[in-house]
Amino acid sequence: MNAVRPVDRMRRVRSAIMTTLTGLCTLLAVGILLIILSYIAYRGIGSLNFRFLVDSPRPVGEGGGIGNAILGSVVLLALSSAFGLPLGISVGIYLSEVGKGRFTSAVRFIVDTLTGIPSIVTGVFVYAILVLPMKHFSAFAGGVALALIMIPIVARTTEEMLKLVPHSLREGALALGAPQWRVTLGVVLPAAASGIATGAMLAIARVSGETAPLLFTAFGSRFFNYYLDQPIASLTVQIYNYAISPYDEWHAQAWAATLVLMTLILGINIIVRFLTRKRF
Amino acid sequence: MSGVAMTKMPAQTVAPKIEVRERQEPPAEKGTGKAKVAVRNLDFFYGRAQALHNISVEIPERIVMAFIGPSGCGKSTFLRTLNRMNDVIPATRVEGEVLIDDHNIYDVGTDVVELRRKVGMVFQKSNPFPKSIFENVAYGLRINRLTSSYSELEGRVEEALRDAALWSEVKDRLKTSALSLSGGQQQRLCIARALAIRPEVLLMDEPASALDPIATSKIEELVFDLKKQYTIVIVTHNMQQAARVSDTTAFFLLGKLIEVNSTEKMFTAPNEKLTEDYITGRFG
Repeated sequence: MNAVRPVDRMRRVRSAIMTTLTGLCTLLAVGILLIILSYIAYRGIGSLNFRFLVDSPRPVGEGGGIGNAILGSVVLLALSSAFGLPLGISVGIYLSEVGKGRFTSAVRFIVDTLTGIPSIVTGVFVYAILVLPMKHFSAFAGGVALALIMIPIVARTTEEMLKLVPHSLREGALALGAPQWRVTLGVVLPAAASGIATGAMLAIARVSGETAPLLFTAFGSRFFNYYLDQPIASLTVQIYNYAISPYDEWHAQAWAATLVLMTLILGINIIVRFLTRKRF
Repeated sequence: MSGVAMTKMPAQTVAPKIEVRERQEPPAEKGTGKAKVAVRNLDFFYGRAQALHNISVEIPERIVMAFIGPSGCGKSTFLRTLNRMNDVIPATRVEGEVLIDDHNIYDVGTDVVELRRKVGMVFQKSNPFPKSIFENVAYGLRINRLTSSYSELEGRVEEALRDAALWSEVKDRLKTSALSLSGGQQQRLCIARALAIRPEVLLMDEPASALDPIATSKIEELVFDLKKQYTIVIVTHNMQQAARVSDTTAFFLLGKLIEVNSTEKMFTAPNEKLTEDYITGRFG
């Protein structure tokens, strides 16, 4: 074995330092996340039991639960997904497959701008166009507000995912006599499905943590609500209300509700991953 | 690869190593002599850059015609004008006529979908859809509604896979992903996919350029068999391949069609000096 040249030794040392640095940064980032998650689990797990998951809220000292808020969050997410995903995906398809020229660039720019709009602005906007005319807060308005936040996120990720589909696949389908719309729906979209699902997931995860727009739209409720034109509870608003309250019991319940919210997001994530797993 | 072998040859002789395969040709393979595709004064532009200059050529029915020429000479572009595949590229323009069965495919009323059903295409890079093997071959049949029952569909898929010499290798795993096949198998699957809708003309854009010699020889044998039923136009970088599979060869250079001749003549005594220079490896 020859002795290692000094130049090579320097290179190895630099390489080792950089490897260690990137490793440490990763540990730091993931570590903080893990600390947050475990602290929430630690604070929340104590108040968690079956009654807590199904009951509606009660006055301080009487226990009560967040069943109505869980249901409300699920309803709001379902509503916003029903409005937001088809619209967002359609815009993404337009940007990637259909549109060309200046108009498309303008649409893309607007979508990017919308992504950056603070969610409270969206809340106030929906308050003005839906809540005021309807004269009361409603689950419907909440769903619309969340959908407005989802659309630009879904549109851009869909566009990016569709652009990753090799052009040769489109040509292959066109060469078989497929019209444009069948190429898009039958070949390009399925090829990008798992990526689009990831984008949809990100959007759902993003809005499931939104509180501000819901304060102006769904408002919150202390009861089970089965009507979409009525105010509806949500985990985030419930957590907000309980966290700013002066009662220790409610603080504990807020922690538990946070744990439930995180589990809910995780659950949706796993289900969507499973449904859109790569089959081919 | 071929270029390396040939540049070492003395410049004055015409490449002796390229042999035109001796074949016993059954009468059906001779072709009918009728022009299946007739191109008249075709110019093609990418934006302002002219890629093809005044191309005129006739491709008789049921023969294999090979396009050769250096990279960027326009042979692929020309191939793609024959099924209007260039339409999907923005800012391109065509002038002149491409007559298929005496009908100009660039006429305003042409149904491009119908045209592409009639003029199938196999691409340089195999591009199976991320679907099952069966669904890949069935795709063209389904979108064009060419079969009326599932059993008929199955029959046509099997037939296409047999024609592409792939059936025996995939018959037990038709429902598995097409992407699980090897590169050579994927390319034959793409050929099967093109054959399934029974085109009349088959365009092949360097179908074997990414394949190993064994897979290449399979594709070449296939081309040889297929010309009993189809008119085949094949673009190739590999001059031995052109010599092996084709009846006529067209030589392109810088967007111009330099010479069209029988393959045998082309590789032994071409009419044009430029053709000879290219084939003997003096440039390109």
